[in-house]
Amino acid sequence: MAKMMYRDAVRSTIFEAMERDERVVVLGEDVVGGMGTAGGPEAIGGIWSTSTGFYDAFGPDRVIDTPISESAIVGAAGGLALAGKKPIAELMFADFIGVSLDQIWNQIAKFRYMFGGKSTCPAIIRMAYGGGFNAAAQHSQSVHHFLTAMPGLKVVMPSTPEDVRGLLREALRGDDPVIFLEHKALYGVTGEVPDGDWTIPFGHARLTRAGQDLTLVATGLMVSRCEAAADALAKDGIGCDVIDLRTTSPMDEEAILDSVEVTGRLVVVDEAPQRCSLATDISALAAQKAFASLKAPIEMVCAPHSPVPFALELEQAYLPSAAKIEAAARKVLGYR
Amino acid sequence: MQLSREQMLQAYRRMKIIREFEERLHIDIATGAIAGFTHLYCGQEAVAVGVCEHLDTDDKIVSTHRGHGHCLAKGCDVDGMMKEIWGSREGLCKGKGGSMHIADVDVGMLGANGIVGAGAPIAVGAALAAKLDGKGKVAITFSGDGACNQGTTFEAMNMAVVTKAPCIFVFENNHYSEHTGFEYAVGTQQDIASRAEAFGMKVWRADGTDFFAVHETMRELLDYVRAGNGPASVEFDTERFFGHFEGDPQRYRGEGELDRIRETRDCLKKFRQSVVSAKLLTDADLDTIDAEVLDQIEAAVVAARAAPRPTPEDVLADVYVAY
Repeated sequence: MAKMMYRDAVRSTIFEAMERDERVVVLGEDVVGGMGTAGGPEAIGGIWSTSTGFYDAFGPDRVIDTPISESAIVGAAGGLALAGKKPIAELMFADFIGVSLDQIWNQIAKFRYMFGGKSTCPAIIRMAYGGGFNAAAQHSQSVHHFLTAMPGLKVVMPSTPEDVRGLLREALRGDDPVIFLEHKALYGVTGEVPDGDWTIPFGHARLTRAGQDLTLVATGLMVSRCEAAADALAKDGIGCDVIDLRTTSPMDEEAILDSVEVTGRLVVVDEAPQRCSLATDISALAAQKAFASLKAPIEMVCAPHSPVPFALELEQAYLPSAAKIEAAARKVLGYR
Repeated sequence: MQLSREQMLQAYRRMKIIREFEERLHIDIATGAIAGFTHLYCGQEAVAVGVCEHLDTDDKIVSTHRGHGHCLAKGCDVDGMMKEIWGSREGLCKGKGGSMHIADVDVGMLGANGIVGAGAPIAVGAALAAKLDGKGKVAITFSGDGACNQGTTFEAMNMAVVTKAPCIFVFENNHYSEHTGFEYAVGTQQDIASRAEAFGMKVWRADGTDFFAVHETMRELLDYVRAGNGPASVEFDTERFFGHFEGDPQRYRGEGELDRIRETRDCLKKFRQSVVSAKLLTDADLDTIDAEVLDQIEAAVVAARAAPRPTPEDVLADVYVAY
């Protein structure tokens, strides 16, 4: 068991995959960094430091530094995958998917289906998402909800270094297109990562806290905020299940429903605005399939229906906090 | 370079298959026997066949929404194509793709595409895979004068040049993007190829209604790309005999325009004239192929008409390999 940073878990898992499987190819903007400059290749090694050393180890045909061309990056990943490679494309910021949406939504997500199941498209599209850096409206968004709504894609949201490793390995061993969402605020987080060759299957949530009174469901950065709220509630003798979904497509419906059937109370936490979100999706699931178990209305703690703001105070007001989650939990617990 | 008798007969047969395949679709769509949107390639056969006769299954192509000709030229099964367009579960894509999304990765055909301009980045990826494999294989993307105005095409051209991908950008200028003329929609007004030149690519230009011109141009171009010189581009001047989609009344066409291009710019007629006048093949040789192809298409339609339909349970199949 080694201690490892989230960003290093990304880097080392891809590096090991490239050593193991020569079909694995990395491409994206500045994944080498410094190409065509006085500093030369590896002057940067990826803006998130998730591809440092790749170019020196594997060369330009497997570590492809691209122009700023998101459609071409995702489309090329699709073409590489259809031609038998295992591309891992980096889109830098999740916000940029708008530029490449056709290639994600109409192309890589649909190839297998449109082609009658006779092909696979094992492309992994990595991107950093989420708020907390005063990066404002075009560099802070959470995009998992609308990617989850696209049939054909698998959507992964690791919240710990251990999950990065297990889920990324699983993505590399599968043959479906995967959107791998890395939260910017988690890159610097350190955690224990078990040794050995193991994976985490998609669609299996992780129960990070166990309790009988309330169910909290979250993804990514919001998991630790739910844990903080659960710890505060535990001081008053209130026990919470905290469910980290880990993947939103496929989604572990059973873990949510099993918990709600015991607790009868559900708070869903989502970093995206509530309208047409993962939070509303999970709430509908519970209302449809665990209605008889519910003892209180479902609460959702989400971002407001606005773009992500810039100023420190505004962004803090925008993002779901442990305090807001705790308040929502107490509201649900107080329902009679 | 002189083609052998067998090569000429095969090229003519392939062009004729595309022509008759689509002339028959034109009828079966008009009568309502086939559902959905269909965009016919008739008139452009010399381009698809002149390009694809140089390729084997390890060379990849990426096609357009007007993709039947590229599919058939690349070696997709005629019966499987017909069944797919009829929506049968025995179709090449089990009835999931239809006319606009036919693909057969096994023959290096990475898909027609319902989105104009979407194919070029995919071809760059396939070309990067070919470069990595180091066996001199290439990827070709077909684009029309509509797709040449999409940003994806520019991104793909630039990225191919930057990465020295063995990607070939084939522009088929049939003078119409949907219902809008080339002179209006393409800002350079002269040609498309000059755009590829601006990205730093070596570029060829040829008459796309002349099979021999297409074939010879592609021979030169492929020699250049297979030698490791990076991407290249070619623009073929060609003609679209039908509308943008089937059912398009084509009110934008000029007086007598369709009759005139059918008379003077038909690649099949031009092929026949040139090989017969040069005494390379006889009218009888080609008439025999014509008759065989008509029988083959009729058999494909009979098979497609009788082929099993998909069942509602098929809706969820093949969304994922495993979910």
